[in-house]
Amino acid sequence: MRTRLTLFALTAVSFAASLILPASAQTLRYANQGDLKSLDPYTLNETTTLAHLGQVYEGLIARGKDLKIIPGLAESWETPEPTRWRFHLRKNVKFQNGDPFTADDVVFSANRVRANGSNLQTRVPKDAKVVKVDDYTVDFVLSSPNPILNSQWDTWYIMDKKWAEANNSVDPTPAAATTPSFASLHANGTGAFSVESHQPGVKTVFKANPTWWRKPEHNLKEIIFTPIHSDATRVAALLSGEVDVIEPVPIQDISRVNASSNAKVLTGPELRTIFLGMDQTRDELLYSNVKGKNPFKDEKVREAFYKAIDINLIKTRVMRGLSTPSALMIAPQLFSLSKDFTRPKFDPDASKKLLAAAGYPNGFEVGMDCPNDRYVNDAAICQAVVGMLARVGVKVDLMAQPKAQYFAKVLKPGGYKTSFYLLGWTPGTLDSHNVLHDIIGCRDNPNSSRGEANLGGYCNKKVDALTDQILQETDAGKRDQLIKQAFEIVQKDYGYIPLHQQALAWGVSNKVKLTQRADNQVLLYWATKKE
Amino acid sequence: MIAFALRRVIQAIGVMLAVGVIAFSMFRFAGDPVSQIVSIDTLAAERAEVRKSLGLDDPILVQFGRYFANAAQFKFGVSYQFRQPVSSLLKERMPATLELATCATIFALVFGILMGVYSALRRDSILAKLFQAVSLIGISLPTFLIGILLIYLFAVILGWLPSYGRGDVVRIGWWTTGLLTVSGLKALVMPAITLGLFQMTLIMRLVRAEMLEVLRTDYIRFARARGLTTRAIHFGHALKNTLVPVITVAGLQFGSVIAFAIITETVFQWPGMGLLFVQAIQNVDIPIMAAYLLVVSVIFVTINLIVDILYTIVDPRLRSTISRQA
Repeated sequence: MRTRLTLFALTAVSFAASLILPASAQTLRYANQGDLKSLDPYTLNETTTLAHLGQVYEGLIARGKDLKIIPGLAESWETPEPTRWRFHLRKNVKFQNGDPFTADDVVFSANRVRANGSNLQTRVPKDAKVVKVDDYTVDFVLSSPNPILNSQWDTWYIMDKKWAEANNSVDPTPAAATTPSFASLHANGTGAFSVESHQPGVKTVFKANPTWWRKPEHNLKEIIFTPIHSDATRVAALLSGEVDVIEPVPIQDISRVNASSNAKVLTGPELRTIFLGMDQTRDELLYSNVKGKNPFKDEKVREAFYKAIDINLIKTRVMRGLSTPSALMIAPQLFSLSKDFTRPKFDPDASKKLLAAAGYPNGFEVGMDCPNDRYVNDAAICQAVVGMLARVGVKVDLMAQPKAQYFAKVLKPGGYKTSFYLLGWTPGTLDSHNVLHDIIGCRDNPNSSRGEANLGGYCNKKVDALTDQILQETDAGKRDQLIKQAFEIVQKDYGYIPLHQQALAWGVSNKVKLTQRADNQVLLYWATKKE
Repeated sequence: MIAFALRRVIQAIGVMLAVGVIAFSMFRFAGDPVSQIVSIDTLAAERAEVRKSLGLDDPILVQFGRYFANAAQFKFGVSYQFRQPVSSLLKERMPATLELATCATIFALVFGILMGVYSALRRDSILAKLFQAVSLIGISLPTFLIGILLIYLFAVILGWLPSYGRGDVVRIGWWTTGLLTVSGLKALVMPAITLGLFQMTLIMRLVRAEMLEVLRTDYIRFARARGLTTRAIHFGHALKNTLVPVITVAGLQFGSVIAFAIITETVFQWPGMGLLFVQAIQNVDIPIMAAYLLVVSVIFVTINLIVDILYTIVDPRLRSTISRQA
């Protein structure tokens, strides 16, 4: 009796201890489809790369689990006048090599990110002056007001001036570098992890940074990252327990992972909006049997295309339920009034009538460009669209191609060579202005970058005027109303056919808990792993 | 003999030139490297700058000349995606590929010859029929499918072997080897079998056919008449004479094993040159593609040359015809 009691007590104590004591530090193994190509934080403006580096480097601001802006290396900031932003830097922060973090590093990073060879040049406006006020205060003086100046600064990582100068890395590693750059093979940030070893395209080992200024939420001692390109192998590695986290899980494998005993799939809506665009500028389409005129210039044809597409069928059949049909060109998380918008109803009969009214009672032929290795099931979505348009009499000639060829053809440097295309867009600033400016704005002014990603050239001057107002408006409520007006015009014009937000799918071992953020950054400083 | 070798070397240079021309003309269809280097919201002006800095807007002939001048000096430039010199990337990846290819070839030779001999000697046994069936599978199933099947059986269901990667490696000078660690050896098993299976079936069928042929010849009959043991006849006389064509084929196939490693390496995330090449194609990383193609063609040409020369040493009859031609 007595021994049993002791045993019981011992078990209870050890159980309690296991609850109180932090779990011992763990190694987390993570596999992604894509490589970590360069450790230089200004070389590639791409989510996966920036997410990896976000574990090592930090920006002046950060974004929380809900993507809200929170203080990062800057403790606070204010705008004493609309064109002057003042940032108060955090004190007692050290880079991983021991150098203290000061205003000099911010000024240095602002110059470096805007230098030739940087792919993040737009993070800080070219004409902004960056002024060191004292060691822990920096002013950004702008030429015109910009209420979203810092919205992308969570991924504008601050580098150590002294370290960069000592290692011949003052300039960002340009694409055409002839000598390997130190900063692309080594890293020195202020963040949660430091890079212990980096073999490009093979393996990268991160070690927990014991001097990190934040209180860690993770319990990891190291992260071993391996790229695994092959979908089947990545899933197999998760199922066999050789890796703890994978991104992405292919849609067709989700149920299999969930049925297994050692891993689950975390899914959630992503911020990227997938949409269809139509050439509305040329007087005659490049790829069509309609000669002498451009059918897409007729609003009725665009409306007919919109109404011919059964978005729910795409959701259930092509995306296996893992998409959120969208009425807008921006994800609902990024625009507070998005619930005021609904998609025009799927109506093939109305579509046929509209085509007849526009003068195409028997439809017409048009070529469609589509990437086949860029977005989730991109080519399958296009095939579904082809079938749906066939039902209303439009014969679509689909050209599905790898992204390397697709983007070379349809983007501005390729001469916008497309009549009808599928594209995905996440506003880098996580703000509607970017969408209205880059993909909805008119591209008629050759000296402006407005509308450069507006491949079909939809144009409405009223939208442009509203976009300019939106950039300057600092009152959030008024600003949202202006954005709403702009989106209403685009919807009424049927300028674009938004399809959906695709879903994120991360495979996570049952031993691991982690936060999934809608921008698809896999941030392991929020991960914990059980024994 | 020397004249023969010299002629072969000149031919080899011609082959390399042809590979260079074909490779260069194919790069033009691979897509736009710039849109792989920068993100989609990069402005056109910035894209043009990158394009210019890479020398992509020079006239085609200028680009071609530069490419050749550099390739001739084995200068391959810097990878677009990794921003690292291509030569160091290839040097880092080459041991993985060569180890995999060597192990796959050894596996193919050992098992191919054993199975071939057995099925020639015991033509009607059940095991021989089983070998025939296996060889059919090996020839008809595509490599990637075999790889995935092996992964599911041995990594996911049984959990015996790792599903990807190379395990722990030991560094000896610039060479890295996985042959000296347990995890490295375990990681090697499935990729080597996947890569070697096709060669194995090929060798098995070849050995079987050759062996049957040789067993019918007169000198085997005479050997039997002289009262030699069966073992001496089968292994001392018959097998030895079968091996000449086998060695030739195995040697020539070593080149294609390295080239076919592309698929195996992709399935098993084996950090070799083939994987590097596949990623380079997806990202239009021209410096890597150019260098890889040249390296592989050098390997091919060298092996061919060695096999040709070896052949004349092994088979005296060839030597006389060659010297007569020369």
